[in-house]
Amino acid sequence: MLRERGWELSLLAVLLVFPLAVQDAYFRHLMILVLLWVTIGTGWNLLAGYTGQVSFGTAAFFGVGAYTAGLLAHHLEISAWWGLLLGGPLAVLVGFPFGWISFPLRGAYFALGSLALGEIMRLLATVWESLTEGMVGILIMQTFVSKVPYYYLALGLALASILVMELVTRSRLGYYFVSIREDQDAAASIGIDTTRYKMVSLSLHAFLTGTAGALYMNYMGFIDPQVVFSLSDISIMAILVVIVGGVGTIMGPVVGAFVMVAVQEIFRSGGFGGLKALTQAVGGGFLPVLTKYITQAHVLAFGVLVVVVIMTLPNGIVGDWSRIKRALRRG
Amino acid sequence: MAILEVKDLTKNFGGLRAVDSVNFAVQPGEIFGLIGPNGSGKTTIFNMISHFYPASSGSIIFNGADITRTKTHQVCALGIGRTFQIVRPLKRMTVLDNVIASAFLRCRTMGEARKAAEETLEFCGLTPYAKHLARGLSIASRKRLEITRAMATRPTLLLLDETAAGLNPGELDEAIALIKQIRESGVTVVIVEHIMRVIMAISDRIHCINHGQTITEGTPREVANHPEVIAAYLGHGGGGQYADH
Repeated sequence: MLRERGWELSLLAVLLVFPLAVQDAYFRHLMILVLLWVTIGTGWNLLAGYTGQVSFGTAAFFGVGAYTAGLLAHHLEISAWWGLLLGGPLAVLVGFPFGWISFPLRGAYFALGSLALGEIMRLLATVWESLTEGMVGILIMQTFVSKVPYYYLALGLALASILVMELVTRSRLGYYFVSIREDQDAAASIGIDTTRYKMVSLSLHAFLTGTAGALYMNYMGFIDPQVVFSLSDISIMAILVVIVGGVGTIMGPVVGAFVMVAVQEIFRSGGFGGLKALTQAVGGGFLPVLTKYITQAHVLAFGVLVVVVIMTLPNGIVGDWSRIKRALRRG
Repeated sequence: MAILEVKDLTKNFGGLRAVDSVNFAVQPGEIFGLIGPNGSGKTTIFNMISHFYPASSGSIIFNGADITRTKTHQVCALGIGRTFQIVRPLKRMTVLDNVIASAFLRCRTMGEARKAAEETLEFCGLTPYAKHLARGLSIASRKRLEITRAMATRPTLLLLDETAAGLNPGELDEAIALIKQIRESGVTVVIVEHIMRVIMAISDRIHCINHGQTITEGTPREVANHPEVIAAYLGHGGGGQYADH
């Protein structure tokens, strides 16, 4: 057990001491994002990777969690930390009618419906200004100046989500989820209430994502509809984290979160500021224009990356690890 | 009292009447054969019993209760197991895990489910393949896995849909032995089958349909000698080579 789990335990040890070893606020910030993505990716993996219900609506639950925390502080002057407790349940509540309508249907309806749900929630948050302040967004005072408390909260949440995953996969729920993924008719024929268990899977997904959203609000101190209900930066990103890491594997979203946050950041920062430095060194020309385009091209890069991963590693980095090792040994 | 009773069961697919007022009753402990040429409506009857499609009219009575409108998973929970003509194992799971998923219907903990699954695998002779991935199995073993999965839900009535199709003669004998063994364990069996050698060897009674309508019902010998059955299978003027079975 300990041997098999060697690299996972080493990773945990590194994560536990990381903020003590690394003082740089920027890298601490990136690690907090990675840990949030571990939670969100794990939730998506549960719903899509294990239960086979592909969702393009992760942002709906993330945003509901974030706004729950934000609005508690904004309107009721209750600490936004209560959002950590309430964000998950509220996201589940939003998911409920949606699952109820789309799960009895077959085929692509759930995926299409989830896409619509995310967009509906984004528009709702934009237009309902009396509640959400619309595009102005919600600004709250952060509790801590240091990033360390947020780091450990995000780590705790990520560990909790992986623990949920471990427990689910070893129980009746896990067997039922995979049965539904593999063949819904066959699952029903062995006595599985497929609609009900898909609802359970959706609720777990919504809960984890909503809680992550609430933590995001507390950490960032500012949200607006474009950020937390973003189709590309939340819903699609969640899918990428899992596909790159390995669909249907417990550690897939962990690996995927590291890779995807790095990719996103390389583009957004123009090679961690390298392009900007180069521009200053060379002194203008075409480089500023290039820098501008590259920093805006991270969504395009996501698309290219997915195509490459699907073609070379259809089971993700974790799922195809033995293949990667063989290739490295040959090379 | 009959364990399963089908009354005036009818299914329309648009303008096509796939099953037309079929009636039969299955007695507890028997092996009841359902035969008919391709497209005669056998699998459609199974799909109505396990409620993959609702019946257009008529009723299905199981142990005295009307289950015509009972949902698929509830039909299974009441004690009707089924297999599929096209085998549908959970491909990316091991054989044991496939059966554990079924066993959870009657078991609460993982330990109980695993134990029940191992017992069912042993009963059905699949223990040597327990750790294999379901997608790597031969056709004969896949068919057997279908039966094992259905048996792990502890049914009192088992619907077998063409479990012998695609098997070689040796495997056919094994399949026949397994079905007899299932009946001996107290499970009533309704079997849809194309291979006459199998259906004639194991059925207590046979119900024959063609174009969705009942032709005849009786013992294997009676059915095999019935002129309309011979005509349905071989065309008019065909010989009676099945009669000697």
